[in-house]
Amino acid sequence: MLAGIRTSDLRKVYTSSPPLGSGGGFGIVSARGKRNKQRKPEIVALDGLSLEISPGEIFGLLGPNGAGKSTTVGILTTRVRPTNGQAWIGELNVWTQQVAVKQLIGVVAQRPNLDFSLSAREILLFHGAYFGIDSRKRAERADALLDRFKLRDRADQMVRGFSGGMMQRLSIARAMMHDPEVLFLDEPSAGLDPQTRLLLWEIIREYNHSGKTILLTTHNMEEADALCQRLAIIDHGRNIALGSPEELKASVPGGFLLRLRFGQYPPELLQRLQTLAGVREVRTNNVANSDNGVDVYADRGGPLVSEIASLASSASVELCDVHISEPSLENLFLHHTGRSLRE
Amino acid sequence: MNWKTFLALLARDARVARRNFVPLLLQTFLQPMMFVFIFGRVMVSSGFMPPAYKSLLLPGIMAITMAFTGVWAVAMPLIAEFQFTREIEDRLLAPINISWLAMEKVFFGTLQSLISGLAVIPAAWLLLRPGVELNIRSPLSFASVTLLVALFSACGGLALGCSVDQTHIGLMFSMVMTPMIFFGCAYYPWSALETFPILQRVVLVNPLVYASEGLRGTLVPQFPHLSMVAVLIGLIFFDTLLLGVGLRQFHRKAVS
Repeated sequence: MLAGIRTSDLRKVYTSSPPLGSGGGFGIVSARGKRNKQRKPEIVALDGLSLEISPGEIFGLLGPNGAGKSTTVGILTTRVRPTNGQAWIGELNVWTQQVAVKQLIGVVAQRPNLDFSLSAREILLFHGAYFGIDSRKRAERADALLDRFKLRDRADQMVRGFSGGMMQRLSIARAMMHDPEVLFLDEPSAGLDPQTRLLLWEIIREYNHSGKTILLTTHNMEEADALCQRLAIIDHGRNIALGSPEELKASVPGGFLLRLRFGQYPPELLQRLQTLAGVREVRTNNVANSDNGVDVYADRGGPLVSEIASLASSASVELCDVHISEPSLENLFLHHTGRSLRE
Repeated sequence: MNWKTFLALLARDARVARRNFVPLLLQTFLQPMMFVFIFGRVMVSSGFMPPAYKSLLLPGIMAITMAFTGVWAVAMPLIAEFQFTREIEDRLLAPINISWLAMEKVFFGTLQSLISGLAVIPAAWLLLRPGVELNIRSPLSFASVTLLVALFSACGGLALGCSVDQTHIGLMFSMVMTPMIFFGCAYYPWSALETFPILQRVVLVNPLVYASEGLRGTLVPQFPHLSMVAVLIGLIFFDTLLLGVGLRQFHRKAVS
């Protein structure tokens, strides 16, 4: 059974601390001050998120920490109760048909949540048993996954002594153990070395080729670009852009972004920058340690620098810093939010 | 209800228990056996306690052992697994209603508590003999009281395990378990509190009272004890209450 993912106007407000997996950085909306005991702080993690992910798609949720990515995964995997809105896996309503939904999904949480009382092989075998797989098939599949994730030589050791990367690999192997139709990967490559990351990407693509739907969250643009067929960029619990990585990159005016920093400059400078050939949009940018920052979106990068420099010198304005970024999802995020993904 | 999953969850707990068998054994029996030795043997032989105390003590020791085993077997893993590492997550994602996961913990805790209760009788008997007069008049009421006591301990473990933070484990033992044991009529019959009439009423909120008195009434009925009806009502009431509270707390911990 092929299964897609659908959410409609999902909203989640935490009145206690958010789940561990969802990082931090939510904006606290009301009731500041520790003495106010009547009202608990309300933390809006998701603010009306609607998504439609087709069966067999690799879909990415890209956003900074605290954007609501893990909460979305939490709701879709029955682990977080939505405040409003609905979510479906295939035809199944996630909240009202939890057991059937759990049959269809495999989940890799942001932090390894392995069963520390068991050995690596036992973790896979018991996971298979929970899903009713018979014992011969369980053993075969566990062996295959241990090989695939290069964990064979540590298979019979307790996982307590595993390195972070090994735990992460085992978590992913466990999620694949019952061959789920939909695989959720919350920041799958966090903490992996580049080599293991490539192995993981290969495994994800391979799994997708067998027709499975994959939802992954990341704040790594390279990963989103390399793996995802479509992406949603989310910030403050809202979907701010949706499309294929190429479409999204093309939606940034011009594509190139020149981040400039001047000394004191007169307002006319901005208008004059706007008139340069190839410049699509000029914005002031006073966040991120640049007091007199200006962002120039343009369809060319390097060649524009000399023109900007001569413009600045003719106006007797000091040009302190120039940074050119080529078309990227980072630029897109910056364009929509005025903030960098890394901030 | 998905039996395959339920049995797999049980098998997992059995595997972990088997792996920790020796520590589990020591943790369950060392303290009660020392208590039995000092109070039932040393104090009696030296004449500070009457010989009849041996028989009076045994059901109380059985009640304490069972309560401790059940609470420990359910609460400690839950506290650990719901912590930062969220080890329980893979079982919460197993294709079974999460209430059944809590029920599985209760079932396994009940089983452990039953085994410990039944093992403590011959062990204590060996340590105390001669002079222990066990007198099981109705095996059926003995079996039902034992089962209800085991269930109470496991349900108590569920309720505590889902309400207490890892940082408060010490507090749980000093504030909950210790008063429960001392005011649980385990070392003395409830009737011994007659000279403290207020205390005698207050301790009735302690489920261990019904456990100790119930086991006393079925194992050594020659001593004064609460009526069987009161014992059964008390135990069934506390079993239901603790299970209800435990399940509610479990859901609150499991789903954010």
